[in-house]
Amino acid sequence: MKRLLKGGRVVDPANNRDGTFDVLIEAGRIARVGKDLPIEPGTSVVLIPEGLVVCPGLIDMHVHLREPGQEYKETVATGTAAAVAGGFTAVACMPNTSPVNDNAGVTEYILKKAAEANLARVYPIGAVSRGQQGEQLADIAELREAGCVALSDDGRPVATALLMRRVLEYAQMFGMPVIEHCEEQTLKGAGVAHEGFQASALGLHGIPGEAESIMALRDISLAELTGGSVHIAHMSARQTLDAVRYGKGRGAHVTCEVTPHHFVLTDDRLGSPVPYDTNLKMNPPLRETVDRDAMLQGIAEGSVDAIATDHAPHHYDEKHVEFDRAPFGITGLETAVSLCLDRLVHTGLISLGRLVELLSVNPARILRVSGGSLGEGDPADISLLAPDLVVTVSTATMRSRSKNTPFEGWRLRGGVAATIVGGRVVYSHPDLRLEL
Amino acid sequence: MKKDLLGIDDLSPDEIQLILKTAEAMREIGERPIKKVPTLRGKTIVNLFYEPSTRTRTSFEIAEKRLSADTLNIAVASSSVLKGETLADTAMNIEAMAPDMIVLRHASSGACHLLSRICRSRIINAGDGMHEHPTQALLDAFTIRQHKSTIEGLKVAIVGDLLHSRVLRSNVLLLTRLGADVWVSGPPTLVPRGIERLGVRVASSVDVAVADADVVMLLRIQQERMLGAFFPSLREYFNVFGMTVERVRRAKPDVIIMHPGPMNRGVEIASEVADGPYSVILEQVANGVAVRMAVLYLLAGGVEDEAAA
Repeated sequence: MKRLLKGGRVVDPANNRDGTFDVLIEAGRIARVGKDLPIEPGTSVVLIPEGLVVCPGLIDMHVHLREPGQEYKETVATGTAAAVAGGFTAVACMPNTSPVNDNAGVTEYILKKAAEANLARVYPIGAVSRGQQGEQLADIAELREAGCVALSDDGRPVATALLMRRVLEYAQMFGMPVIEHCEEQTLKGAGVAHEGFQASALGLHGIPGEAESIMALRDISLAELTGGSVHIAHMSARQTLDAVRYGKGRGAHVTCEVTPHHFVLTDDRLGSPVPYDTNLKMNPPLRETVDRDAMLQGIAEGSVDAIATDHAPHHYDEKHVEFDRAPFGITGLETAVSLCLDRLVHTGLISLGRLVELLSVNPARILRVSGGSLGEGDPADISLLAPDLVVTVSTATMRSRSKNTPFEGWRLRGGVAATIVGGRVVYSHPDLRLEL
Repeated sequence: MKKDLLGIDDLSPDEIQLILKTAEAMREIGERPIKKVPTLRGKTIVNLFYEPSTRTRTSFEIAEKRLSADTLNIAVASSSVLKGETLADTAMNIEAMAPDMIVLRHASSGACHLLSRICRSRIINAGDGMHEHPTQALLDAFTIRQHKSTIEGLKVAIVGDLLHSRVLRSNVLLLTRLGADVWVSGPPTLVPRGIERLGVRVASSVDVAVADADVVMLLRIQQERMLGAFFPSLREYFNVFGMTVERVRRAKPDVIIMHPGPMNRGVEIASEVADGPYSVILEQVANGVAVRMAVLYLLAGGVEDEAAA
C-alpha cells in the first residue's frame, strides 16, 4: 500500500530540505519526496496539519532496556513502546544486562524480543570485555555477526589504557565505534553527586568533572594512536567538552553525546525544592551552571554530535531509599523531544534542522546504521513532531515500566505527534487525533 | 518552628534564640533534686539509631525521660540493614504505632529528609551522614553563650576533618547565622569544595585560624582516613594540626576549647588541653540534655514561658 504524507514541513538536513513537501511511502520505504506530488490511485492520503514537522526518525543511541535480567525495571517491549511514544524510531541498547551482552546468544535474544515487540528498531551494543570485567575482549566478530553495531562497557569505564587501545584497534576490522563511559574510578570513589558547593553543603561525596575529562583525554589520545573511533557517552563536564574540541581539532575520530538532563538541570536542584531527590541521582552527576552552559554552547557550536537520553529505568523501590544507596540513572525516552524543543529550539539556540542532526542524522552516522535521511529508497522511519504542542510531563501516561524521572509535572512546549517505522504507524498522540 | 528539625538550615535566627532561651529553663530542671517534669507525659518518642552512638542517644533519652515522655530505643546494626527492610519500611512500621516523634541517627546524608516526607510524626535529626547534626550545634552555641554571653562578633576556629563532619556543617550554619566570624582549618584534602560559600574563611594554617580566637572547636579525626591518603599519619596530623598548649596560647586569654566527642587524645587534641582550664568539653555534654529537652518541648508544640512549669 502507498501512503502519501501531504503538506507537512519536512526538515531533512541530510537531503538539504526544510520546507513544505509531500512524502510518498511505498513498501516501507520512502518512494518520493517533492512538492505537490500527484495522488496516484490506491494511495491513502494523510493531510499533515499545519505546524507539524516531518523529519527522519529519531535515533536514541544510548538507552538501557534492562532485558534480559532486570525485566522488573524495563523490557525490550516496554522500552521500545516508550521509545516510539517519545518520537524515536530506533534505539541502541547498552550491554549491561544480566547476563551481559558479551555473546551472540544475548544479542540474538534482544533482537528476538525486539522483533516480537515490533515497535522501534533496536540496535544492540556489545560489551567491550567479557562480562564487562575489563580484562579479556568479548568475542567481537561474533557480536558483530549477531547484530551489534557498537561496543561499550557502559556503566563501567574501560579501566586500563591497554585494553582501550586493543579494542580501538580490533574493532576497526568491523567498522564499529567504541562508546566510552568516561570515569576515572579512583577519582569517583564513593561519589554520588558533582563535587562542588552543593555536594559540600548537603554532605554528599563528590565526583569531580575531571574524573570524566581525564579518561576522555586518554581515550582521545588512544583514538589518535590507533585510528579507531571513540564516542564519548553522556558528556557532562566542561573540561570534557574542551577535550573533545582538542581531539576534533587534531583530527582524531572522536564524537560525543549530551543528555537532555545535563543541558537542562544543574546540581542546584539537589537541595531544593525536594532535598535529596533520588530522581536527580545519575552518573555522570548533574553538574554546575558553568558546565550546563558549556553543554549548551557545545550543542550550539557543533562540538556536540548527538543528543542521547541514557534512559536508565529503575524500580520505585530501588529509588525510594537514602540518596547514597539509590542506583544512578533516570528515564529519558519520553521526555527528550519535549526538553530539546523547549530548551534548545524555542530558546533560539539551535534550528530544528540542527536538532534533527543531533537526534537522527549524526546518531545514524556514528553507529553506521540506516536512517537519518528521508531520501528516496531510505526506510520510511519518520518522526512527526509537534513543536508548539504544550505537554505536561506525567508518569501516569508513560509507557516505560519505570517512572524515575525528575521532570514529572513540567510543562514544556514541544511534543511528538506520531512515529512511523518502516512505513507503519507505531505511535500516534492520543489527543491530536491524526488520521494516519 | 517547622514540623521537623532536619537541620540548622531550617531554623531562623529567632528560632535558634528561642531554642537557646528555652534550654536555659530546661537546664534548671536538671539541677532540681527531682529532675522530672510532666510536660511530655503521654507522648511517645522513638530513638531510631542506625549508627552506634553513646553520647547523643543517651542525651536524647535522658532529655525525653526528664520531660516524662515514653521513650523507646531502636538500635539497628548496619549489617542487618543490608539484608533487612528499607529505611522507608522501618519508618512506616514505626509510624503505624503512632509515635509523636522519631529521633533519627543515620549514616546517609538526607535520611531524615526521606523520613520527613513519609512520616506524620515529627522527625528530629540526631546526625545524618556528613550532612547535619543540629542538636550538637545548638548545644555548642548554648555552651558558647554561657561563657561569652553573645555569639555575635566572636572569632570561632574550627579545626579538623571538615570534609566528613556533620558537626562542622551545622555549626557553620548556626554560628554564621548568629553573626560569629568563623574560621576553619584542616588538611587541604579534608576541606570541602566551595565551603567558603557558607560564609566561613579557610585559614592558611591552623595558627592563623586560632590566632586571637574566642572559641576553638576541634573535630574528630577518624583513624582510618590515612588509608584514603587524606594525610600521612596520625603523628604528622598531630604535629601539624593537633591542639597543643602552645597553639592555644595564640588564642585569646579567655578562649574556650570545645570538642563534640568522642575525642582522640594525642591526635586532634593534646590531653593537657582536653583536661585543661579552657576546656568546656564536659559542659557541652551536660548542656546537650537541656538543649535536647528544649527542642523536644518546642517541637511538641509548647510555648516558651510554660517550659519550667
